[in-house]
Amino acid sequence: MGSFGNPDIVEVETDVLIIGGGMAACGCAYEIMRWAPPGMRIRLVDKAAMERSGAVAMGLSAINTYLGNQDPADYVRMVSNDLMGIVRDDLIYDVGRHVDNSVQLFEEWGLPIWKQPGDEEKSLKEGGQPVRSGKWQIMINGESYKCIVAEAAKKALGMENIQERIFIVKLLLDTNVDNRIAGAVGFSNREDKIYIYKANAILLVAGGAVNVFRPRSVAEGMGRTWYPVWNAGSTYAMAAQVGAELTMMENRFVPARFKDGYGPVGAWFLLFKARATNCRGEEYMITNKKMLEDYPPYGLAKVPATCLRNHLMMKEQREGRGPIYMRTDTALQALAASYVEEFGEKEAKKKIKHLEAEAWEDFLDMCIGQAGVWAGENIEPENVPSELMPTEPYFLGSHSGCCGIWVSGPADIAPAEWSWGYNRMTTVQGLFTAGDGVGASGHKFSSGSHAEGRIAAKAMVKFCLDNKDYKPSLPGSASELAEEIYAPVRTFMEFKDYTTAVDVNPNYITPKMLQARLQKIMDEYVAGVGTWYVTNTTMMEIAVKKLHELKLDSKKMVARDLHELMRAWENYHRIYAGEAHLRHMLFRKETRYPGFYYNMDYNFVDEENWKCFVNSRIDPKTGEWTTFKRDHKDLVTK
Amino acid sequence: MPSCVIAAKCDGCKGQDKTACMYICPNNLMKLDRERMKAFNQEPEQCWECYSCVKICPQQAIEVRAYADIVPMGGAVIPMRASDSIMWTIKFRNGNVKRFKFPIRTTAEGSIDPYAGKPAADMSKLDQPGFFNTDGAMPVIAN
Ligand SMILES: Cc1cc2nc3c(=O)[nH]c(=O)nc-3n(C[C@H](O)[C@H](O)[C@H](O)COP(=O)(O)OP(=O)(O)OC[C@H]3O[C@@H](n4cnc5c(N)ncnc54)[C@H](O)[C@@H]3O)c2cc1C
Ligand code: SF4
Ligand code: SF4
Repeated sequence: MGSFGNPDIVEVETDVLIIGGGMAACGCAYEIMRWAPPGMRIRLVDKAAMERSGAVAMGLSAINTYLGNQDPADYVRMVSNDLMGIVRDDLIYDVGRHVDNSVQLFEEWGLPIWKQPGDEEKSLKEGGQPVRSGKWQIMINGESYKCIVAEAAKKALGMENIQERIFIVKLLLDTNVDNRIAGAVGFSNREDKIYIYKANAILLVAGGAVNVFRPRSVAEGMGRTWYPVWNAGSTYAMAAQVGAELTMMENRFVPARFKDGYGPVGAWFLLFKARATNCRGEEYMITNKKMLEDYPPYGLAKVPATCLRNHLMMKEQREGRGPIYMRTDTALQALAASYVEEFGEKEAKKKIKHLEAEAWEDFLDMCIGQAGVWAGENIEPENVPSELMPTEPYFLGSHSGCCGIWVSGPADIAPAEWSWGYNRMTTVQGLFTAGDGVGASGHKFSSGSHAEGRIAAKAMVKFCLDNKDYKPSLPGSASELAEEIYAPVRTFMEFKDYTTAVDVNPNYITPKMLQARLQKIMDEYVAGVGTWYVTNTTMMEIAVKKLHELKLDSKKMVARDLHELMRAWENYHRIYAGEAHLRHMLFRKETRYPGFYYNMDYNFVDEENWKCFVNSRIDPKTGEWTTFKRDHKDLVTK
Repeated sequence: MPSCVIAAKCDGCKGQDKTACMYICPNNLMKLDRERMKAFNQEPEQCWECYSCVKICPQQAIEVRAYADIVPMGGAVIPMRASDSIMWTIKFRNGNVKRFKFPIRTTAEGSIDPYAGKPAADMSKLDQPGFFNTDGAMPVIAN
């Protein structure tokens, strides 16, 4: 039996390793067991319990991608416009043509999906019409969304092939074959055990990144970030470290949400037709409309890009016309009046009650904390408006953001330069990704991430069959790998008695303090909330230097228990994700996403020189970053 | 708001290896104090208020107390989760109460038979787009 500081080392050989247990991982688990020939070994590891892990832990109130009878090419047009034109049409189209299949499975497994009157008993598959809250979204009763999707995945894969509470620390390249994935290492955050995996193919789907930037709340409320606090950028960091090419890491997501609780606003805008105003009651989307003309064609579309809507809102806040209000009061009152007119007093009352329940369900299904804020502040939305606020920046590739890893596209659509054999394989042989991991392809959401995990599953089976005789050869001995993982524990053991207070010691830094330092650098120099998302070249160059020092000090992080060891390794991942973001921002000499961030040295969109992908790569031998352009092209006419 | 465990209600899941709250927390926050045989949230400022622990606790021992640095005291949001629906009680600071009930699942928990009635994969299509259960051909971009 291992003890703290002396862990057992367990070596596991598998054909496919799935890292993560979220939507993409569940999709992969489901699809892969159908294609994998008998004897192919599949293993899934998650740092948490699949039943409630990842971004869907709490549930969701909508499935944001369901095409129905719509053309996947129209879906590509919407995504492209929302992400200011620089996306991979091949990947988005591929998600669009596959995604409905996953949604229909969710319904079959037990997820309640709202239907149009008359279609209540008809499944989507049978042609039942869903209730849409937007062109691409459908409404659900989604409290148990993740439990349902995980149950199917667990049953498909078999619990004997799943390990929960394993945190993966890093990927390993093969020592004999260049640029070839060979395995991964991680540890249990419950037992003194280190796991070394040898694998033929790996699916890296550990979600996006939060807490790289200082959050708006800095005490107990720090946990209430919009993006789930437990996804620490592991996907981007681990891929970068083995030399996988990243793309569009300069993209970030800054959602405008209800202040403090960060509750969803979509239903209020789309279902209840609420307006957002400044302190004077002016609708900034109307009064500032002219600003959209600076950003053709993205600002001129029927629904302007998300960042541009932020851009118009932030002008009000910067110029002292805040707060911004969501006029829940006038929206509900207007609806009530129209119901009375249409249906009479009694029926209207019933309808309003129903509507009110829907509004609360939007919070209770996916952001319960917001309901807590309203309860504590006595907010009755029918009587008072609520404040909106842009959040701290997050990195993700499946919601309204598109940073991530550069992957091979579907062979039947992608041009040659975007397709190198296996769909969703990164530039490292055998390393695949999906969901938040795939860059330049946002707006997949929960359903698209599931579908993309399934797409990758199939490609991985093909890869394993084509590389049947491959024998992984790992760098370093098992005990060397174990030493590296447990270094924060060793450092703690060595120095803990030097001072009388465990938190303050000149020989080490605690994960909590290291994280605060990272957040301070990112916030103050790399366009966080502290500067209202503004930066410039000089500020970013300072940040590069400060991150360099931080990286040196990160080797002195300590861990007092397994929980803190996980925090330490999450921070290593956050630093790499943050550095990628910074380096990409420095490289792109324009402001492609006004409303998400501003580089004041180049505060304009430059279609001529910068309508291209910005990609980067770390040389795994030297640790050097290079950042470079890759040509963009539209496959779907826009 | 961080979760907190009501001392009088928690029985430490009867001293089992793995308590329900420890099993479920996506951020690994719940911990069992083996001396008192009571669980606690070891890092309240990293709690997302996802309520996973609240919903799963067999003793209903876990509450969420609104983030002290943000929210005025006295409100509460309390779930009662059954296998097919969830009932929410929202208590406002001023004493008002609202209740809502929503369906959560149309099938019995644990009843999913993932491949029942589904076709086997056609291995000759491994190289093509489409899932194992896709009917018909996949569209391609036509401009
Ligand atoms: C606040 C919010 C609201 C959203 N609302 C909607 C909505 O209304 N509708 C909709 O369709 N979509 C919505 N989405 C989007 C949807 O949740 C994501 O697109 C989807 O979950 C992405 O899937 P994924 O598998 O890439 O990541 P996730 O589902 O987040 O899964 C990541 C997994 O990786 C694991 N993990 C992380 N690091 C490690 C590590 N180092 N080692 C091992 N395991 C690790 C995690 O435990 C988790 O299992 C929302 C997302 C957020 C954040
Ligand atoms: S699940 Fe409930 S009863 Fe069990 S240890 Fe946690 S708080 Fe206590
Ligand atoms: S509310 Fe969620 S994040 Fe907080 S302790 Fe419970 S399970 Fe963990």
